[in-house]
Amino acid sequence: MMTQIVFYVFAAVLVLSATMVVCARNPVHSVLFLILAFFNAAGLFLIAGAEFLAMTLVIVYVGAVAVLFLFVVMMLDVNFTRMREGVQRYAPIGGLVGGVLLVELVMAFARWRSASNIDQIAHLVPSSPTRTNTAALGDVIYTHYIFLFQSCALVLLVAMIGAIVLTLRDRPSGRRQNIDRQHDRVPHDSLEMLQVPLGAGVAAQGGFLRPHESYDVAAVPGTYGTEAWRVREATEETQAVLVVTKPAESTKGKGDA
Amino acid sequence: MADFFFHTTLGQILLIVLESLAVLVPLLLGVAYLTLAERKVMAAMQLRKGPNVNGPFGVLQAFADAIKMLTKETVIPAGANRMLFLFAPFLTFSLAMIAWAVIPTGNGLAIANINVGILYLLAISSLGVYGMLIAGWASNSKYAFLGGLRSAAQMVSYEVSIGLVIVCVLLAVGSLNLNDIVLAQRHVWFCLPMFPMFIVFFISALAETNRAPFDLPEGESELVAGFFVEYSALAFGLFFLGEYANMFLMSGMVSILFLGGWLPPLGIAPFTWIPGPLWLIAKILFCLFVFIWVRATFPRYRYDQLMRLGWKVFLPFSLAWMVLTAGFLMVTGLLPGGVG
Repeated sequence: MMTQIVFYVFAAVLVLSATMVVCARNPVHSVLFLILAFFNAAGLFLIAGAEFLAMTLVIVYVGAVAVLFLFVVMMLDVNFTRMREGVQRYAPIGGLVGGVLLVELVMAFARWRSASNIDQIAHLVPSSPTRTNTAALGDVIYTHYIFLFQSCALVLLVAMIGAIVLTLRDRPSGRRQNIDRQHDRVPHDSLEMLQVPLGAGVAAQGGFLRPHESYDVAAVPGTYGTEAWRVREATEETQAVLVVTKPAESTKGKGDA
Repeated sequence: MADFFFHTTLGQILLIVLESLAVLVPLLLGVAYLTLAERKVMAAMQLRKGPNVNGPFGVLQAFADAIKMLTKETVIPAGANRMLFLFAPFLTFSLAMIAWAVIPTGNGLAIANINVGILYLLAISSLGVYGMLIAGWASNSKYAFLGGLRSAAQMVSYEVSIGLVIVCVLLAVGSLNLNDIVLAQRHVWFCLPMFPMFIVFFISALAETNRAPFDLPEGESELVAGFFVEYSALAFGLFFLGEYANMFLMSGMVSILFLGGWLPPLGIAPFTWIPGPLWLIAKILFCLFVFIWVRATFPRYRYDQLMRLGWKVFLPFSLAWMVLTAGFLMVTGLLPGGVG
């Protein structure tokens, strides 16, 4: 009796929030209703005794997937008036797709039969009162269906690598922090002490203090701050350079400071 | 009497209410005094006195703060999403409370001793991010929004390493039940054989509760106060209490997973005289002290450093440790539950 009442509460809220996902005007509200729907689905799992599935549903879908949904939807710059204009136009198409899906579901469920070899499969999951369903699931997945399980994992791995490959952009001009290099750096690598006569300035000796290896055409005395230097700055990663003549312009090697 | 509580519907409901009160009242008192303890401990570490005006040693400061918070006006910013704006602090606060339903304070002494207790805790703690994200978005303020986004990214990242650390513990226990996890530590607490994981878990707990040095979502110096910048009065108070209750919860998780829960350090006479719940409380208080100690000691991380630590250091390390643990248990035949 109690279970039935709880079931109908969960089911009603589930259906209602699923409807609101589609009907809510604000996409953020839609996502929040989706989360509510996930929750109630987890509640239904609990009633069915599938505690592991219920918790996994909350952890995976509510805790991770929906957070990312919400993350993206919140950042979208949505024009509500323009969105509402589209409803009239797309409603018939959407209704048609929904109707087709509904008919297909009804047809599928009307002909639902258990597999003929149900007796042979059933022994894979010996049920006993002390056995938790986490253990039962683990037994089935990792013992009897390990290869199918591993192939699912591989599909996900491929999808993950694919997403990274598609979205990773290597910007050569960007200043990226290399922590290992920073830790390896010693004063000798980036500094060179010069003897500067009083009143002479350092322009005559190389403009700024830096290691011999980094001397090149673009860095001849007096060229600092010119176009040639800027080109070099934008294309190459250089060691930190301490400018003694123009401290205000020592923008080089920000990340290495 | 026992018959009434265990065999009638009304009695059972009453029993659950009483059990919940027995957990929540000390918890809320603890939260109130944690705010005071934090100020006192930090003050001592910085050679100050801290609050010392209200009551002896300032013990009434927590109540003075609470009364001040209650009497202030709740300001709802223009353009804010009213419903969600008020919903967010309630969500944060109630999530921090309901997680305590499964924490065992003695052998079998939990409101709900369920088989998937640790998953329940993981699920609840992963929901905490919604309070912040919703608060940040509903405030209609760019600082609050940035704080919300930061906290979402941060909590999702560190949940991964928390999950892997928990898997390491579960491999050694062979059960998802929190009671079994504590009982498995009868001979040795897991903080000894899994010391690196203990550290990883503790640091991840700091990040998960948005505590220093990972308090970027509310970094005062850059985001004013992060996701709750627009909140005032009771709503702010609920966020505040929720955050501190989350610290209690994370300390409780550290105690149960690595410090032997309610178990005494040694199973011999002087230690066993002290009842289990007191041991658990002592361990939680120790963890909370370390939380405060860390805050007084370390400067705040930069955001890219935070993400690097989570994804490039903790994730591979805990993954490798998990494989190592599984391999070790398999080779030595210590794997619980029997291998078929």
